[in-house]
Amino acid sequence: DTSLTEVNSFSPSMPISPSSMINQYKFEDEPELRDLFITVDDPESHITAIETFITYRVVTKTSRGEFDSSEYEVRRRYQDFLWLKSKLEEAHPTLIIPPLPEKFIMKGMVERFSDEFIETRRKALHKFLNRIADHPTLTFNEDFKIFLTAQAWELSSHKKQGPSLLSRMGQTVRAVASSVRGVKNRPEMFTEMNDYMETFSQKINVLDKIAHRIYKEEREYFNEMKEYGPIHTLWSASEEDIADSLKGVASCIDKCCKATEKQMAGLSENLLPILHEYVLYSEILMGVLKRRDQIQGELDSKVDALANKKTEKDLFSEEIGKLEDKVECANNALKADWDRWKQNMQCDMRSTFTNVAENNLRYYEECLATWESFLASQTVDLHVEEDSEDRP
Amino acid sequence: MEDCLAKKMEITVSEAEKRTGRNAMNMQETYTAYLIETRAVESQSEGQCGPVDSLWRRYSEFELLRNYLSVTYPHIVVPPLPEKRADFVWHKLSADNMDPDFVERRRIGLENFLLRVASHPVLCQDKIFYSFLTQEGGWKEMVNETGFQLKADSRLKALNATFRVKNPDKRFTELKHYSDELQSVISHLLRVRARVADRLYGVYKVHGNYGRVFSEWSAIEKEMGDGLQSAGHHMDVYAASIDDILEEEEHYADQLKEYLFYAEALRAVCRKHELMQYDLEMAAQDLTSKKQQCEELATGTVRTFSLKGMTSKLFGQETPEQREAKIKVLEEQIQEGEEQLKSKNLEGRDFVKSAWADIERFKEQKNHDLKEALISYAVMQISMCKKGIQVWTNAKECFSKM
Repeated sequence: DTSLTEVNSFSPSMPISPSSMINQYKFEDEPELRDLFITVDDPESHITAIETFITYRVVTKTSRGEFDSSEYEVRRRYQDFLWLKSKLEEAHPTLIIPPLPEKFIMKGMVERFSDEFIETRRKALHKFLNRIADHPTLTFNEDFKIFLTAQAWELSSHKKQGPSLLSRMGQTVRAVASSVRGVKNRPEMFTEMNDYMETFSQKINVLDKIAHRIYKEEREYFNEMKEYGPIHTLWSASEEDIADSLKGVASCIDKCCKATEKQMAGLSENLLPILHEYVLYSEILMGVLKRRDQIQGELDSKVDALANKKTEKDLFSEEIGKLEDKVECANNALKADWDRWKQNMQCDMRSTFTNVAENNLRYYEECLATWESFLASQTVDLHVEEDSEDRP
Repeated sequence: MEDCLAKKMEITVSEAEKRTGRNAMNMQETYTAYLIETRAVESQSEGQCGPVDSLWRRYSEFELLRNYLSVTYPHIVVPPLPEKRADFVWHKLSADNMDPDFVERRRIGLENFLLRVASHPVLCQDKIFYSFLTQEGGWKEMVNETGFQLKADSRLKALNATFRVKNPDKRFTELKHYSDELQSVISHLLRVRARVADRLYGVYKVHGNYGRVFSEWSAIEKEMGDGLQSAGHHMDVYAASIDDILEEEEHYADQLKEYLFYAEALRAVCRKHELMQYDLEMAAQDLTSKKQQCEELATGTVRTFSLKGMTSKLFGQETPEQREAKIKVLEEQIQEGEEQLKSKNLEGRDFVKSAWADIERFKEQKNHDLKEALISYAVMQISMCKKGIQVWTNAKECFSKM
């Protein structure tokens, strides 16, 4: 089967870490049927008179017929990703569009355009495109295809078409207004979703804060530990009999220090980004629920208007019929996507937290081995010394 | 070692009690009293021991005892007392002298002090020490009657000697440097250890927040709920485990602290040597100058400049009778001086010999104790790692069931 060989021939060239490989497969119900592979890499700095910005290389490999070629390579900047996201939201108001990394980090943990920032963003952008590729509906979106395949100038001219910024803002205002009004006929299911999302949003935000706090505390611990080991080495310089023991302790502490560093890297590569994504997801989902309410609100207000007007009944009923279809589509789309999202979320949380536990296990096992080997080296000598006992 | 008190008597500081009383200025004060229990041990019988004797002492009485021992046995590295005030505290520990944890650790430290003294071949035979353990009333008066305070060297005198001594024993100079280094490195270590403990406490405790959030989150989840809830429980266990871990580490810190204070005791012996050596050098110098003076008077030659010499040149020399008298006085002084010098020399040599013997004993003790302490530290770390492995293994299982 050609699609299978595509999978096999492609995987060696994928430049990603094992953990994100796992993430890849999570999105897919049937990985063997994948026919669109995207990577985001190679950030490059561009300096013009007006601004400095980064572009990323987006490589697409596909066996789909609707693509003219089987391989594409384009460069995209963050703005382009923002554009794609808003186009997808526009086209599918009640689908759950994956989160984009934020414009800039407020907390100042990382400098704008520092290597760490760029790498974090690159990974997030990579995830964003792949999540869209794995989405049963979004993957066939036309703007998505253009994003992946168009050359820079083509994309710019395409972007200029379509509703303007102002009209998009209008949509958002209407959406907020309708949610404030409250939806009378909201199906039970969506009220449940709303309640769930409110609590989930709260909890995920707190978790995000806790995870960052843990990272911060570990960093402080690491900084103190760095100083701790060398003091023992310094001490050993003025001792004779116990110099070896002191040096042994110093070496153990230094090794544990390194293990701490590794453990912290694991946190920042895995737990922190995932929690952050789900913080963003909670905002996205609240938005989706609002938009669904707004669509229903349109129908409801038309129905109310009909109840008051006796003339133009036919016109109205056609419009209402269309709106009813719209509402039903939106509801079904959301329901399906919601179930899919919940499954993925469960999967993500399970693997992320399991990974955290494994990370910590590895840390403790490393430290344990270090101290046990020190202890073994010491007790060999101690048995020889145990003749002289002048301790009370 | 067979004769040492520790083998004949069981000594414990078993309790601590808060007391209020009036101090020397008749103001009310709160202090802690410690119960010292002693019991004679019959070495031959089948574990039969005598009745328990007990008395209460407060910290200031321990201090008095130690001062007495330091002055009376200046050639001995006298065991130190536990700290007077809580030092090297990390944030969770209280710096309050009345804090029960501090009092408890001090009780252990005081017991350790008594055991150290009781197992020292020289110190254990001291009568004042024995009375400290056994005689409740009138002990303070007894100590003061020994007049040991008079024998104490002034700090100023000691400092002076340190700077001016010309030929101290090289071994003592090296020992002095060693004790300075030991003091500096242990206090640095204790400070950093306290900071590390503080940070580690923070890491563990923040994990406790997971417990509450997981529990609240599990309420809205159907399939993930159980896994979250039970994982949260393990996070609580993890967060709570740090308290015991760090409390154990405090005992390790106390072991190091003892040797921090021992460094001061070592220093004291070096200081005594410097003082004695300086005394000796001064006495020798004095003797030399007197001999010289005598010679000058006898031969009439003035080799060194002296005001007397000048004035006698200006105002006329003294009479032969006056000169004779002077020479006589000087000759007496010289004889006295030579005897004193001889005894000082002997004293100095004895001091060096006995001090050095105790220093060797101390070195062995120190090496043994510190090595044991480092090993116990490793054991603590191992225990902490094992606890961590257990918690995270359990948590992993819960997470994988989410």
